[in-house]
Amino acid sequence: MNLFEIDGVTKKYGSRTVLDVPQLKLQTDQIYAVMGPNGSGKTTLMRLLNLLDTPDTGHIKFIGEDLNEPGRRLEVARRMCMVFQRPFMFRSSVFNNVAYGLKLRKERGAECDRKVKEVLNFVGMSSFANQLATRLSGGETQRVALARALVLRPKLLLLDEPTANLDPSSVKHIEEIIRNWHQQYNTSVIIVTHNLFQAKRLADESILLINGKVIEKAKTADIFNAPQTVESKQFLDGTMVY
Amino acid sequence: MGTFSTLLLQKTEIFEIVKMSLMVSGSATIISAFIGIPLGAWIGLSDFTGRKLLLRIVYTLMALPPVLAGLLVFLLLSRSGPFGIWELLFTPAAMIIAQCLLVTPIITGLVAAAIAGKEGIIFDHALSLGASRSQAMWTIIKETRSSMIAAVLTGFGRAFAEVGAVMLVGGNIRHMTRVLTTSIVLETRQGNFEMGIALGIILLIISFTVSSIVLSNADEFKLT
Ligand SMILES: Nc1ncnc2c1ncn2[C@@H]1O[C@H](COP(=O)(O)OP(=O)(O)OP(=O)(O)O)[C@@H](O)[C@H]1O
Ligand SMILES: [Mg+2]
Repeated sequence: MNLFEIDGVTKKYGSRTVLDVPQLKLQTDQIYAVMGPNGSGKTTLMRLLNLLDTPDTGHIKFIGEDLNEPGRRLEVARRMCMVFQRPFMFRSSVFNNVAYGLKLRKERGAECDRKVKEVLNFVGMSSFANQLATRLSGGETQRVALARALVLRPKLLLLDEPTANLDPSSVKHIEEIIRNWHQQYNTSVIIVTHNLFQAKRLADESILLINGKVIEKAKTADIFNAPQTVESKQFLDGTMVY
Repeated sequence: MGTFSTLLLQKTEIFEIVKMSLMVSGSATIISAFIGIPLGAWIGLSDFTGRKLLLRIVYTLMALPPVLAGLLVFLLLSRSGPFGIWELLFTPAAMIIAQCLLVTPIITGLVAAAIAGKEGIIFDHALSLGASRSQAMWTIIKETRSSMIAAVLTGFGRAFAEVGAVMLVGGNIRHMTRVLTTSIVLETRQGNFEMGIALGIILLIISFTVSSIVLSNADEFKLT
């Protein structure tokens, strides 16, 4: 089944085109890694997929449904969730931050509490439940941000560099959570990462974005073993000149 | 020592003046908050043409001199003015109206500024976590609540401490429209400097108490 069908999508900021994707199809139940240099349009793409921005041209379909369809935004958006590159914590406890999305969906009471406690335990943040979330460290913030998304059991998780601030053992731990969650709940995952090894460890397929264009999309192993374009090879070697 | 005994002597009258001050400035602040918070939130959140101009007007009105606000209300409420038939001039109601004119722009401007800086990132997070647009707006308002409390307190401070407007439209009438600031002016004019200073200290203590009470309650709901 198609998770996303992207057709003739461009996004401009001012007069500069920062994303230009004529055709791209993603399947459900996969983990995709999106890689590319700084400013290549990764976050821009994630924002379009999460319905936070609309493309200047073209169409995006999510499981067969056009994202531009008026009046359907909320229902479609509630089937996915993004963990932002720089997560914002609401000025409340860690517990309330994680419960936020459930409360929006009118889930309350014991069942809600149980779910929150479960994911906090999952990301190793149980002991922080009653602390003010705005005072957490960078890595703790990222874990809570992940928990805040996981608790919603979305069909699709959009992760924008979710382990950028974490120490090596936490990176492994979070990767395990993502993998487990993916298997246990059939969650599709799109993860932006600068860590090539992370892409290798996690992703079924990888997408290489350079200057707003998809340079290559292939099985992760294939991209690393036999990159098909000069740019991919240079990017993966670290010899690309920006 | 002399001042202290006069204070005791006139205790009931001072009490009356303090009550009038609190009633006038408190009412003006509450009314202004009901207008200024939604208005400021709307300006901060929306993206219409003319928003910049509107903000500039609000910021200018934040610095409106109290006497000018007083004069305006005076003209509107005076016998020959458009609202003269209501006979509100030299009543507490007129003082409240004049102070609203001063305080509403302050609350509106501060709330708009507080929201305008952060609304994008909060809105995005709320939407991504499944909020409807109105739920996201509500989240933004909740997230900026400490700025709103600060805005309301600033507005109250402004009203409580001003003298120009209440003097003009209230007239400093004993047992009727006399408030702390107008009494200070009167006592000073009559050469009772000690009394003036004593009243000034009372004014400061009340301001301090009000903001302490509000802020300590604000601290409490940070973690709910
Ligand atoms: N709101 C905006 N207004 C103007 N330009 C923007 C905006 N958002 C992004 N851009 C520009 O678009 C380009 C792509 O940005 P984007 O955030 O998608 O990059 P990225 O691939 O996520 O980079 P990084 O690896 O640094 O996170 C950048 O040049 C950026 O400066
Ligand atoms: Mg980015």
